[in-house]
Amino acid sequence: MNLNVIFALTRRYLYLYTRNPVRMIELIFWPSVELLVMGFLTVFIQKSSGSDFGSFIRFLLGAVIFWDVLFRSQQAVAISFLEDVWTRNLLNIFVAPVRTYEYLFATFCVGLLRVGLTVFILTLLAWLVYAFNLFEFEWSLIPYFANLMIFGWSLGMISTALILRWGQAAEGLAWAVPYLLQPFSAVFYPVSILPTVFQFIAWLLPSTYVFEGMRAGLAEGSMNYTYFGLSVLANLVFMVISGLIFAQTMKAARQKGLLTRIATQ
Amino acid sequence: MSTLLTIEELTKDYGSTTAVDHLSLSVKKGEIVGLLGANGAGKTTLMQMILGLLTPTSGEIILFGESFHKHRVKHLKRMNFTSTYSNLPSNLTVEQNLKFFAQIYAVKDAKRKIDSLLQEFEIADHRKSITGNLSSGESTRLNLCKALLNDPELLLLDEPTASLDPDIADKVRTKVRQVADEKGITMLYTSHNMKDIETICDRLIFIHKGRIVTQGNPAKIVKQFERGSLEEVFIHLARDGEIVEETDNP
Repeated sequence: MNLNVIFALTRRYLYLYTRNPVRMIELIFWPSVELLVMGFLTVFIQKSSGSDFGSFIRFLLGAVIFWDVLFRSQQAVAISFLEDVWTRNLLNIFVAPVRTYEYLFATFCVGLLRVGLTVFILTLLAWLVYAFNLFEFEWSLIPYFANLMIFGWSLGMISTALILRWGQAAEGLAWAVPYLLQPFSAVFYPVSILPTVFQFIAWLLPSTYVFEGMRAGLAEGSMNYTYFGLSVLANLVFMVISGLIFAQTMKAARQKGLLTRIATQ
Repeated sequence: MSTLLTIEELTKDYGSTTAVDHLSLSVKKGEIVGLLGANGAGKTTLMQMILGLLTPTSGEIILFGESFHKHRVKHLKRMNFTSTYSNLPSNLTVEQNLKFFAQIYAVKDAKRKIDSLLQEFEIADHRKSITGNLSSGESTRLNLCKALLNDPELLLLDEPTASLDPDIADKVRTKVRQVADEKGITMLYTSHNMKDIETICDRLIFIHKGRIVTQGNPAKIVKQFERGSLEEVFIHLARDGEIVEETDNP
């Protein structure tokens, strides 16, 4: 693995953000709006129903922030690829001495930085507006976030593979894939709310264990190691499957000319 | 001169369509070879296979004496490419783009190399300009700067003058030939502009339906076919396409 190549690719994707501040809207504006809307909606429902406001809003704000970790890391992989397609730079990258895994690793690094910025903004906002302290999770935040980020990378690889397979017409999948799994991930509600068939799907996803673990952590004040272990296990399976799908799609792309087709569309 | 690139029986099928059909050729070190042919003849497919963007159905590409398939990344460090169909990211500055590729290609003393290329291609004043704001001519010259960053031993140029006016196209042609002569770069050059081929190439290879129909020195080919210009030969071969005796196959 050539770290220089990874560093160069990561820096190039970051240049795109510094050159165009409008892109920062995606990282700051939308997550903030989502947090505020969901937060105020919860306050309203709590006040109307007169139920326990404190725990309900903590679950919800935690879910919004945790979901953004998954979503932003998935986006980093898929959007970085699309950036090269949109700027017609994809061929320049793939005829350069860049190994596929170096390319992917650079998008993972971009994901890490994107998540860092978004989480910082959301944490600050949640604390200022709702007095919600994300750090009440203490050290367990790190394994939770790591699991969500890794799952985001897996989904990013699958999204990119699908875009590569079906061309630019399928670029909407870069945003759709994580939302396809959101209902099953039990982000804003416990798995027990879901119909039985959906519950079966939910327990296959690493994200479900993180969100269940987050709620358990908030309720009990300690980390649930069973959920953590199962999340790691499911993540490993997803990482291997998505890696194989991506590698197989790249191989097929080189056989069918899909790389050049998408790069010159 | 030693052989830098050898292609043996290269074939690319897309289902029942054969884009490149058992094509064999060799290119010597320092030689500039033009690939000519009508749209869909197989030139770009051939280039894409040499660049590793496409996997051949069968056949072998030997570069620098080794199988390209087995040493792709190692070989790509010693090659470069530019095409009228690919751009550098339009929202970065000229300098940021070149720095990025210099790092990817592990260029030593990148700053000096970038300075010298920008001067050579007369776009040093645009160093801080946004790439998307460059004119077509400036953009083509920037792409050539990127393509020469790593002092490639093999340079593939896919219709680099396609979108340029005659004046800028002439300047680019002259510069490409000059750089190739000075640095002894081996080039594969595709173009639909006969002037490009006549000015730049030592040898042209005419491809029709994925096969080589003739090859040799551009001037000799015009004579051989008893036509008034390379363009007339092109039209004749593109419409007829029968394989003829090669004039000076190396």
